[in-house]
Amino acid sequence: MERSNNRGKGFLMFLGRRWALMFLVLESLVFSFTAPAFFSVKGIQIVLFFGTTIFLLGTAETFVIITGGIDLSVGFIMGFASIVSAKLTVIFTRMGLPPGVGILLGILITWMIGLIPGYVNGTLVARLNVPPFIATFSMLGITHGISELLIRGVPAKNLPYLANAIGNGYFIYSVPGEIVSLFKKPIIQRGVLLYEIIPNVVVIAFVFILVFAFILKRSKFGQHTYAVGGNIDAAIRAGINVKAHLIKIYMVSSFFATLSGTIYMLQYITGKADAGAPFLLDAIVSVVIGGASLYGGIGTVGGTILGCLILSVLETGLRMMGVPTFDKYIAVGIILIFAVLVDQFFPELIHKGD
Amino acid sequence: MGYLLEVKDITKRFGGLVAVNCVSMGVNAGEVVGLLGDNGAGKSTLIKMISGVYHPDEGSIFFLNEAVRINSPMDALSMGIETIYQDLALAENLNVYSNIFLGREKLKKILGLINILDHDYMLAESKKVLNSLEIEIPSLKNKISMLSGGQRQAVAISRSLYWNAKFLIMDEPTAALGIAEQKKVLDLIRLLKSQGLGIIIISHQIHDIFSVADRLVIMRRGLKVAERITKETDPNEVVSLIVGAEMVKR
Repeated sequence: MERSNNRGKGFLMFLGRRWALMFLVLESLVFSFTAPAFFSVKGIQIVLFFGTTIFLLGTAETFVIITGGIDLSVGFIMGFASIVSAKLTVIFTRMGLPPGVGILLGILITWMIGLIPGYVNGTLVARLNVPPFIATFSMLGITHGISELLIRGVPAKNLPYLANAIGNGYFIYSVPGEIVSLFKKPIIQRGVLLYEIIPNVVVIAFVFILVFAFILKRSKFGQHTYAVGGNIDAAIRAGINVKAHLIKIYMVSSFFATLSGTIYMLQYITGKADAGAPFLLDAIVSVVIGGASLYGGIGTVGGTILGCLILSVLETGLRMMGVPTFDKYIAVGIILIFAVLVDQFFPELIHKGD
Repeated sequence: MGYLLEVKDITKRFGGLVAVNCVSMGVNAGEVVGLLGDNGAGKSTLIKMISGVYHPDEGSIFFLNEAVRINSPMDALSMGIETIYQDLALAENLNVYSNIFLGREKLKKILGLINILDHDYMLAESKKVLNSLEIEIPSLKNKISMLSGGQRQAVAISRSLYWNAKFLIMDEPTAALGIAEQKKVLDLIRLLKSQGLGIIIISHQIHDIFSVADRLVIMRRGLKVAERITKETDPNEVVSLIVGAEMVKR
């Protein structure tokens, strides 16, 4: 009796720890049959292209959630960054700088500015003991308001064409057996099949995601992040500067939101205050699906990316089938509640013990 | 002859309340002193002054025969005074060796410039310190949340020892442990004592204290009311000293 019970539990644990991966495979299979265009080079690229925002916001949220906090401001920080970078790029090109320099400067300066909301969030949470929910919720309002003030109903226009070329270009262009070109779209005759492999924005996003995944997994900074989320008193007594650490965490989060905003600017050649707003729920859900605990201490960037893929595949697949994506929001909301309930009542089912 | 650690006429007030009133005590190297008293007797306040959490209002602390000023818990740690609190302060989501090295992680360089955690080194060093304490933990890669109470206590102790503790303060080390585990922790305390550490133990478990402590210091309402050699007293006398039921001879 006991043994079969154990085996049953072992099976549940096996399922619990891999359910995200199995779910991803399953839904990809379903869409491959129901939406014929889905299972193709193009289909996968679309999943990645539209997933870029969730990948970045999810990574931002991963760091904060591991420390036991939450960052509700990432969506509007992203919108804010998209506007600031668009405006700056337009200003710089009007000043007569070459478009490449203008775009680069605009983006780099936006990244600097984007650290400010994170610093404020972190200071409120770590030094002034404001609950993360309240601090970042207020920042959501503040960044939203500033964005609308900056834009005053008129979106940034006249961005250089180069922005479009970067944001909607591909890393590798190839005509099988003939041409392989990096970044630059080759001139081809009509009717020749040109493969476009991996959107540029996905490459940019994953460079940063991989670097920060490495930091979280292998560095002292990452170790302290887990310690702060696991037992903040233990971290303090071990001599970790917990306040400074939390401020850095919220800055990492707002940096990724800002990065996402600048990429949005390149993808859509404009800045929009609510560019990232619909993705806040997705970002948090992807972290939770990825095996993190909203109570802190557990989570990985890899898991989050898996969660993001599930959502992005869901969105793309439903779209290709012609189903309105409102259904997706309902599904995502239910997944979040379900995942949190399992986390609360059967944590051993989803968190690895070793 | 000097004590390893000595406090002289130490006093701590919180507003009008005198939590610790002119208490003096000392601990030799290789000696275990049991600190006893009812709730609110001032035991915790006394050890918190030694571990740097509170500053004494009056009196002085001597460590290795020198007057010291302990301004913060970090000061105490750097002198080799480690405190193991009842809640142990371990990060349950991290594994055993990560906890032993928490806040003082060993790093190594890869590609000549990037610092990453040196897991192999930390694992090997943790094994050494646990072996020297004759502690068996199945795998040091296990998370703390998978360990028993006694094993956690052992990890907390080895964490202190690895960082060259000379003096150990233990708050209720055997509370919340099973009988077999209590015995193991007490054996461990005897081993530490034989290695020359000075130890203060706070506990309500009088039998545990009697089995490991060489001397007993009894406090009541902020005052030190008695000091006894363990062999020359018995639990009945100590209990009556704690609750104040007997005339006290100083």
